[in-house]
Amino acid sequence: MATKSVEKYSSLEIIKMSLRNNIRQYTMFIALIGIMLIFSLLSGVFFTPRNLSTLFLQTAHIAILASGVVLVIVAGHIDLSIGAVVGLTGAIAAILQAHYGLGVLPAIIITLAVGALIGLWQGYWVAYRDVPAFIVTLAGMMIFNGLLLGVTRGETIATSSMFNKLGQDYIPTLFFINSPKDMLPHDTTIIFLVFVIVAYLWYELKRRKERITYGFDILPIKLFALKIALVISLITAVFLIMALYLGIPYSIVILMVIGSLYTFITTKTTFGRHVYAIGGNKEAAKLSGINIRQRTLWIFISSGILGAIGGIIYTARVGSAAASAGQGMELDVIAAAIIGGTSTLGGQGTIVGAIIGALVMTTLNNGMLLLDVGTTERLIVRGLVLLLAVWIDISSRKRDA
Amino acid sequence: MSNYVLEMENIIKDFPGVRALNNVNFKVRKGEIHALVGENGAGKSTLMKVLSGVYPYGTYEGKILIDGKEQNFENIKDSEAAGIGIIYQELALVKEMNIAENIYLGSEFSTFGIINWDKAISKTTGLLNEVGLTENPYTKVVHLGIGKQQLVEIAKALSKNVNILIFDEPTAALNEDDSENLLHIIRKLKDQGISCIYISHKLKEVKEIADTITILRDGETIETYSNGENVTVDKIITGMVGRELTQLYPRKEHTAGEVVLEVKNWTVYNPEIPDKKIIDGVSFTAKKGEILGIAGLMGAGRTELMMSLFGAYGVKKLGEFYIDSEKADIKGPRDAIEKGFCYLSEDRKKNGLVLMMDIKENITLASLDKISNIRGINENEEIKITNHYVNALTIKTPSIEQKTKNLSGGNQQKVVISKWLMAAPKILILDEPTRGIDVGAKYEIYNIMNDLIDKGVSIIMISSELPEILGISDRILVMHEGKLTAELDWKEASQEKIMHFATGGR
Ligand SMILES: Nc1ncnc2c1ncn2[C@@H]1O[C@H](COP(=O)(O)OP(=O)(O)OP(=O)(O)O)[C@@H](O)[C@H]1O
Ligand SMILES: [Mg+2]
Repeated sequence: MATKSVEKYSSLEIIKMSLRNNIRQYTMFIALIGIMLIFSLLSGVFFTPRNLSTLFLQTAHIAILASGVVLVIVAGHIDLSIGAVVGLTGAIAAILQAHYGLGVLPAIIITLAVGALIGLWQGYWVAYRDVPAFIVTLAGMMIFNGLLLGVTRGETIATSSMFNKLGQDYIPTLFFINSPKDMLPHDTTIIFLVFVIVAYLWYELKRRKERITYGFDILPIKLFALKIALVISLITAVFLIMALYLGIPYSIVILMVIGSLYTFITTKTTFGRHVYAIGGNKEAAKLSGINIRQRTLWIFISSGILGAIGGIIYTARVGSAAASAGQGMELDVIAAAIIGGTSTLGGQGTIVGAIIGALVMTTLNNGMLLLDVGTTERLIVRGLVLLLAVWIDISSRKRDA
Repeated sequence: MSNYVLEMENIIKDFPGVRALNNVNFKVRKGEIHALVGENGAGKSTLMKVLSGVYPYGTYEGKILIDGKEQNFENIKDSEAAGIGIIYQELALVKEMNIAENIYLGSEFSTFGIINWDKAISKTTGLLNEVGLTENPYTKVVHLGIGKQQLVEIAKALSKNVNILIFDEPTAALNEDDSENLLHIIRKLKDQGISCIYISHKLKEVKEIADTITILRDGETIETYSNGENVTVDKIITGMVGRELTQLYPRKEHTAGEVVLEVKNWTVYNPEIPDKKIIDGVSFTAKKGEILGIAGLMGAGRTELMMSLFGAYGVKKLGEFYIDSEKADIKGPRDAIEKGFCYLSEDRKKNGLVLMMDIKENITLASLDKISNIRGINENEEIKITNHYVNALTIKTPSIEQKTKNLSGGNQQKVVISKWLMAAPKILILDEPTRGIDVGAKYEIYNIMNDLIDKGVSIIMISSELPEILGISDRILVMHEGKLTAELDWKEASQEKIMHFATGGR
């Protein structure tokens, strides 16, 4: 009676149940595919490996930042300082190299440390001084923007080509030099793909074996195979797109690492569970012995570090740091998280959702640019999509309540 | 024409994975008090939500007739218009507003958006009179005790000209006096021709007040009969549980062991009013293998006493306490839980559950360290442990992945209890552990308590139900206005004695 005994249900019912339980992720995913289809119909250029690879490049920093903000929003807070942090840390990374002659690696390490410090500062005020995050990060936005103006002195600082690889370049080939024209897939990307598929298979099989040893119900073998086949074909599709162009960009490698790490943190760790509990019911979390202040501090430190990573990648992609960098980026990031199903009331949200949300936002931008849609219309459309996504989410939740 | 004001016919309501109501028939006559009883999860609240339009027409099957006319409610406004009012157990008043503002919230007398407060105030005075309140309509609701807040809710319902008034566990959080008063008001309403639907797990009250009783079990109507001489509480129980329950309180001989908790001169100041003492020089001990009952009226400071020891209440605290003869330095719940000192809160929705999370996530919340290692939380262990508690406490749910907000009140309580059982406490404080729980489940919870005692746990139970305090505690402490007024052995205790000390007698 306790567990759903899968034996009792037909395959169709299991699929239905799974659809119902993950409706938000699936709707957003389907919406993303829909948007992509529309653009492919309207523009011949959209669905080419070249454009899709660019699209991934444009998404990377937004998706990374969105992963961090998911934790913040799930815990019931907000971070308005993301854009300013991106600008400031990007400028610091650039200045350390251009004015102080530091190598790429030391510059990156110091920048990440600055990000952590920023997070520590904001987290301290939210967690230990009980100032609402809205205020703390709004103040942070002003302070960091001020600092950004101060360190750049209004100038644009170019970054080294070595550093820029992080935002623009692709992982090198091993054996064949390929070019986009010869349709020869990028070899390291394919090796990477095989590696990811093997890791995924290993994980699923291990999980299944463990459930059997525990005597729990498992998916019927047919469904299990279907699920694995679906996931693998999805992974393969994404990798092939990149393989057919210039390979995997470094920034996407970073996104994959961070995406996996944060998925692990949110779904598998005590820390992650605590974050959801704090956002879901702070009182109950407190009485369950969760150290809310310390958890909150770490959430902001994580947001600060990811802000720095976003700053590094963004600066590298643009190839220079400027006083205007990152402005308004927090809005894209928060929108991505929310489109991806993160509840503004706290307690709910996923990393995968946020990454899909980031893809939706950049796809809209990218596609409309290809169609020569003006900035005005692009902003309006993206605003409307945000509104629509949240409305669909809210009304679907009402229905199953 | 029938002589029923309300007829619900063949109501079927499904939730994902559960059929909450299965062909339920429920008919209420004009001006009667109709009690609806059943175990936790039987479907009582769901039936009332169908009736009041919370679940709109089309989301259930079956017919609702009012005065013989079929009704299709789309929302609560529709049902209100048809004369149905509902009083929930969780009060829905705005604390910072005054009584009149609360009563007319959403239906203000206004012309062009400007509220006519004079009219509202004078009407309010009349309504308060009807429910026996002498308070000034300008009094803020925060300043009222929970019993009076309930009466304000009733006044609010009356302001909408109801013919049918639903009470969903109205007395669960009330003390004896307030409950008595509420029952009196309900009888008065009945005399005015209002039909009252009364849901409660306090069967003695049901027996006392009801004209007709309908029993639900597992989403089905078992029987409806009128309350007369031949109806006994035992008969009601048998109908609810489906078998005979011979004993309400499983008393077991316990031999108390050594002292595990010793509190000396514990004083706590009110965090809002710094020089007011909420707890005043309390000293007591709790022993291994005994149930220490704490009796007292609402507001006597029982919850504050325990929460302050647990590290979750109060800023300025004086005195000291010892756990296992070691001076306890508890800064917060984490420290307490690590010392094996656990506290089950009286308000499960506010302080106990994360409603958005599922059963397993709630049960493991306070002991995640036990099921996680460097590779993170072990999901399989989590499922295994949750299954264990779901079976041991017979939590009624289609799946352990059910969100706790979708469980019935009693099953929610069992989830919170499981959470603390999993934390393996040495000293377990249970604050109103059986509030809103049906007789069968209560019995199970008492058995669980007895099992824990056999394992050497020390239990401290706060309860406002005297029969429960008398029925299972080994030793009883009575509190009055922040002070301990008596310590009684269960053999020498009686309702009268406890009430004497609880009201300040010496
Ligand atoms: N929104 C919901 N989603 C899924 N299941 C639900 C929902 N609401 C209620 N249920 C289920 O329907 C059944 C009946 O619940 P209901 O709340 O009506 O019980 P009840 O008789 O009021 O119990 P209690 O005495 O504990 O309050 C339970 O099994 C419960 O888990
Ligand atoms: Mg109920």
